[in-house]
Amino acid sequence: MSLLDRTVVFTAALRQAGMAVSSAETVDAVRALTAVGPLDREALRAGFAATMCKRPTNRVTFDTLFDLYFPPVIGDGLSVDDFLAGEDGTPGTATDPSRPAGAPDSEHDLELLRQALRGELLDVLLRGDDEELRRLAREAVTRFGSAPGAPGRRSWFAYRALRALSPDTLVADLLSAMLGDQEAGGLAERVARQTIIERIRAFEEMVASEVRRRLAEERGADAAAKSAVKPLAEQVDFLRASQRDLAELRRLVHPLARRLATRLTARRRLGRSGRLDFRRTVRSSLATGGVPLETRHRPHKPHKPELVVLCDVSGSVASFAHFTLLLTHALREQFARVRAFAFIDTTDEITRFLRGADLGDMMARIANGADLVWFDGHSDYGHAFEVFADRYPEAVGPKTSLLVLGDARNNYRATAAPVFGKLCAQARHAYWLNPEPRTYWGSGDSATRAYADLVDEMVECRNVEQLQTFIERLLPS
Amino acid sequence: MPLQQHAFADVADVHDRLRAAGYLADHAIATTVFLADRLRKPLLVEGPAGVGKTELAKALASATGAELIRLQCYEGLDEARALYEWNYKKQLLRIQAGRDEAWDETHDDIFSDEFLLSRPLLTAIRRTEPTVLLVDETDKADVEVEGLLLEVLSDFQVTIPELGTIVAHQRPLVVLTSNATRELSEALKRRCLYLHLGYPSPAREKEIVLACVPELPERLAEAIVGTIRALRAMELKKVPSIAETIDWARTVLALGIDTFDEEAVASTLGVVLKHVSDQARAIGQLKLGSN
Ligand SMILES: Nc1ncnc2c1ncn2[C@@H]1O[C@H](COP(=O)(O)OP(=O)(O)OP(=O)(O)O)[C@@H](O)[C@H]1O
Ligand SMILES: [Mg+2]
Repeated sequence: MSLLDRTVVFTAALRQAGMAVSSAETVDAVRALTAVGPLDREALRAGFAATMCKRPTNRVTFDTLFDLYFPPVIGDGLSVDDFLAGEDGTPGTATDPSRPAGAPDSEHDLELLRQALRGELLDVLLRGDDEELRRLAREAVTRFGSAPGAPGRRSWFAYRALRALSPDTLVADLLSAMLGDQEAGGLAERVARQTIIERIRAFEEMVASEVRRRLAEERGADAAAKSAVKPLAEQVDFLRASQRDLAELRRLVHPLARRLATRLTARRRLGRSGRLDFRRTVRSSLATGGVPLETRHRPHKPHKPELVVLCDVSGSVASFAHFTLLLTHALREQFARVRAFAFIDTTDEITRFLRGADLGDMMARIANGADLVWFDGHSDYGHAFEVFADRYPEAVGPKTSLLVLGDARNNYRATAAPVFGKLCAQARHAYWLNPEPRTYWGSGDSATRAYADLVDEMVECRNVEQLQTFIERLLPS
Repeated sequence: MPLQQHAFADVADVHDRLRAAGYLADHAIATTVFLADRLRKPLLVEGPAGVGKTELAKALASATGAELIRLQCYEGLDEARALYEWNYKKQLLRIQAGRDEAWDETHDDIFSDEFLLSRPLLTAIRRTEPTVLLVDETDKADVEVEGLLLEVLSDFQVTIPELGTIVAHQRPLVVLTSNATRELSEALKRRCLYLHLGYPSPAREKEIVLACVPELPERLAEAIVGTIRALRAMELKKVPSIAETIDWARTVLALGIDTFDEEAVASTLGVVLKHVSDQARAIGQLKLGSN
């Protein structure tokens, strides 16, 4: 396939993965290709990114696909194959499907090899040499990353390679080597630890990328692309997010809040100039001989809602509640007032926990400090709503937007529709954000049917994208 | 339009000349700048505060021997401030002075160059010498300004009803920067090449520090960069940028600090973390309190 054809296929794959690439941008990409030439792979990557990847959140997807469609040419790969050739005489055996994984090597040989690679890895991580690290990632995948797949085929797995080398277990050794005679436990250790973590993450990423390359080699880039592309950060499902996803999401909170805030302010300002300010207009016209060249206007008074958030913080939906609380808190200037309440099977006010310096572990502090469990610590929306209405009768008033966060999974307990309905009627608006897919609503112990009609709207809110859309709607211009 | 001159021979040339201008570019930055020159497309540089977006435009101007014309964006910026405006006060005076003249004559006169206040966009287009146009902090401007930029940056010409159409003699190199406080319109992005500037790799950040504060011992530069990275990994309100790293390096040098230990970090933390809550967090996580 010519480079040009490949570029076209690559562009199609970007679109397939959900990135909007216009045809004008494809033309620019080809011009970029012509300008930098095909030899410098990283320049090509930069050129394509400059012309076709214009959102930072798309970058991981972009890089993944770039690696698949423009794999590092054999040049680099040769070192691996050379290594194998030196061992059993036939270059490239690792990709030979007729040979089951590791068969010619005895268990003992494999173990020796594993130890040797781990030793090397320790060394290279210590030095932080990216080129060497990449070479080791190749070797690890070649030797330990494969298993026979469908007949005559071979499958590649990052976790196999990583399990064999288990870089995480090298942290202690790396730390003591890096620290030398410096004191453990203090600043130096924290800094060294950060460096080590970054290098290990880089190594893991290299292994993953090598696995993708192998898969692409085996089945073609298009097929590999389907399994390799992860959802964009805004589309990560709250309920299925990993620890790392969650940390990533929390990092999104402040930029997202800032973006939303500016957009909301801009919208409020759209009819920017308010009523004519006659007095100031006349006064400023004095400078131009009484001709009112510039008119003056009174500033607009934006309307700001009061927000009351009432959220389920039981295990199943805690990460969703956490993120949403952080976001509403970061947006607090957009509201006249924000109060937050949490419940599991009973309700307590948690506004005070939103004030701390350290919101990263807010959920843990809420769990320790707030009074959320009354009976057995399983979600009980009915009891929680009753307690809320009873203990905080003044919380929801005619200016309040009431926001309920939760999956309405009620463990088959009694609902409290009348009480909840009254709350909704008192509020200016009432919305329910549900992190479950709409298709699950009402199934099993989900009590959405009892509550959905009482709120203005029950909104599916599975990811940041949906949450963002909702918040923009929530705040009127 | 005369043949467009290319400012750079190749990517390496970009790299070298930016470095000579005091800017350390990585391969991706150099490549993208090279393409902006070759394709003569505006370059949109987006990224957090203090990672060297503005500095890149300045260095680009100095590396190409061009003059930097800067349009600083802000809320409420309008066409009159960005493109051009008639100097109506002066026009008014002129009209009063020439009361006996025929109106046509006055009209032609007051809508001439003499009464035109040229703003950065028009200035950049009218220049005949090499020019770098910096549209700084584009995201701060209102959405309507984007429409204006779109128009001007598409064909590099401006129509002034009273004067006619002014076409750029030579397309300036255009750099737009944005902090991404809001998303710029897709239409504007499509017109531009895009470069996301993030925090640099440890090696490059050390180089930048040493380039800006050459008297600083390498060992200290390394320690400062390492600590900055540990800070960036925390969930802070305001993540320290390259500008802060450089400030920290300057402070360490000025105070004659010899070892960058807990005590040194604790006593200078305010240089890099401006929020009290961020400082509290860092002190806790870096265990600075025990000293
Ligand atoms: N690659 C680099 N080489 C040399 N110096 C750099 C580099 N990157 C950043 N700097 C330094 O960092 C400082 C901050 O950069 P700059 O003001 O350009 O940031 P910015 O991205 O425009 O930030 P803001 O969004 O706040 O305007 C500059 O003073 C510059 O000295
Ligand atoms: Mg700037």
